[in-house]
Amino acid sequence: MRFSAIIWKEWMVFKSRIVSTTLAAIIGPLLYLVAFGWGIGSAVMVDGISYTAFVIPGIVALNSMTTSYNWVANDINLSRIYAKTFEAVMVAPIKMSTYSSARILTSALRGVYSAVLIILIAFAFQVWLPIDWYFLLVLVLNCLVFAVIGFIIGLLVDSHADMAKISNFVIVPMSFLCGTFFPLEKFPGFLRVFFELLPLTQAVKGMRDGFAAEGSLIVILVLGIYMLVLTPIAIKLCQRSE
Amino acid sequence: MISYKDVCKSYGQTAAVVGLNLEVKEGEFFGLLGPNGAGKTTIMRMTAALTPVSSGVITVNGEQLHRDLVKVKQKIGVVPQYSNLEGELTAWENLEYHGRLYGIPRAARRRRIDELLEFAELTERQNDPARLFSGGMQRKLMIAKTLMHDPQILLLDEPTVGLDASVRRRIWDLLRQIKARGLTIFLTTHYLDEAQILCERVGLIDAGRLVLADAPQNIISGVGQYVLEYFSDGHTSQEFFADKESAIAAARNVQGDFKVREANLEDAFISLTNRDLGGNDEV
Repeated sequence: MRFSAIIWKEWMVFKSRIVSTTLAAIIGPLLYLVAFGWGIGSAVMVDGISYTAFVIPGIVALNSMTTSYNWVANDINLSRIYAKTFEAVMVAPIKMSTYSSARILTSALRGVYSAVLIILIAFAFQVWLPIDWYFLLVLVLNCLVFAVIGFIIGLLVDSHADMAKISNFVIVPMSFLCGTFFPLEKFPGFLRVFFELLPLTQAVKGMRDGFAAEGSLIVILVLGIYMLVLTPIAIKLCQRSE
Repeated sequence: MISYKDVCKSYGQTAAVVGLNLEVKEGEFFGLLGPNGAGKTTIMRMTAALTPVSSGVITVNGEQLHRDLVKVKQKIGVVPQYSNLEGELTAWENLEYHGRLYGIPRAARRRRIDELLEFAELTERQNDPARLFSGGMQRKLMIAKTLMHDPQILLLDEPTVGLDASVRRRIWDLLRQIKARGLTIFLTTHYLDEAQILCERVGLIDAGRLVLADAPQNIISGVGQYVLEYFSDGHTSQEFFADKESAIAAARNVQGDFKVREANLEDAFISLTNRDLGGNDEV
């Protein structure tokens, strides 16, 4: 029941802000699509496909990453430091493992919501993504991994000003260096190995190449390892706040 | 009942609470008084299990805090100094969320929300987001929210700070009604008039140490029922007397302006700690 209480509260907050949330989720990707799709997409081919078809899975992964990360990271941080709503949960008879799981799940669901919006926009641009069970699994894992990362950052950082710095040093570089806008093959070998290990790279690969491609199980494995390692850390940190 | 046995709290080398031994009785309205930085909020946070003790033991109705945290939390209601409402949620939704968090069944939850909205005089505004409420309305909603799970003990940290006089008095009325239901109320305040009016017993805390705990009237009687207050050598001095006649007799020796009046809790606090409530020494 406590788990569902957190889910219910997040749903009510989401409902109260649905217009601004939806607009914020689509404005960036829409600009990417206009610039890279209409602007250069028709003239450039990558790996034998149009640039638009190449870049859209990357944009879906990127956007679901930032939404999953940002929502929980900022909300946890603000609720700890400014709104003090985190304390209201701390004094309630709820296990921190329950609270952590519910917050991570709801933030990941927001990421999935933003991904669905991008997919619909892509359809409007007449780009058909290979959406199957594997695509959805990668999408959900990507959202969960970045929601966990956001949850941890939100708990660790003690100033909201520092949240933007963390985002600039972690999320922004990942956005551009994980094969979202161009293939990783363009990088020198040692950098490529490092970038290959990042979760967004795996998510982009999985969504772009599909289950039939070589290394599709490695994508699931890497994202799964991130989840298995980071989730207990997130719960432990939350219990330490108690 | 809340019991503190040799409770200490330190932040690094700084001692925030030193050797606190205190019992707040069941059904009692107890106030913890002291200047800013005296350790009141630390004691409140330790009691609400928001801050661990450095040493010592706190028990709440016989249950040792931190040993069975979930069980103890069910018995306590906490109203912090600053709003902890979900600003995007309406008053009704804030109460519903609290009820769900505490595992109250749906029918009981809905019945309790109606009762508490009426109690807090917020029935008309139940569908407005909490962020649109005034400070007083937010404080009333926080109190109502805390009562949702029917706690046995209510902890209030500076419940009327920042509120205007009429709202303060309305909050006092609400607290008196809650007390009449048999709850143990433990509040911190630096408004001594508030403590004198509401509390059956108060504890005076200064620099992390409990100076004494007693009924307000006993504390005042301990220093003297009447005070002679006069201004000399650039500061206000006070002398205490058991009766009015002695105070007036002493006033004859005072040069300049003076005032003889009944002593209050603030006078007693200053006399006992040699500090005012702003934390300034040598008053």
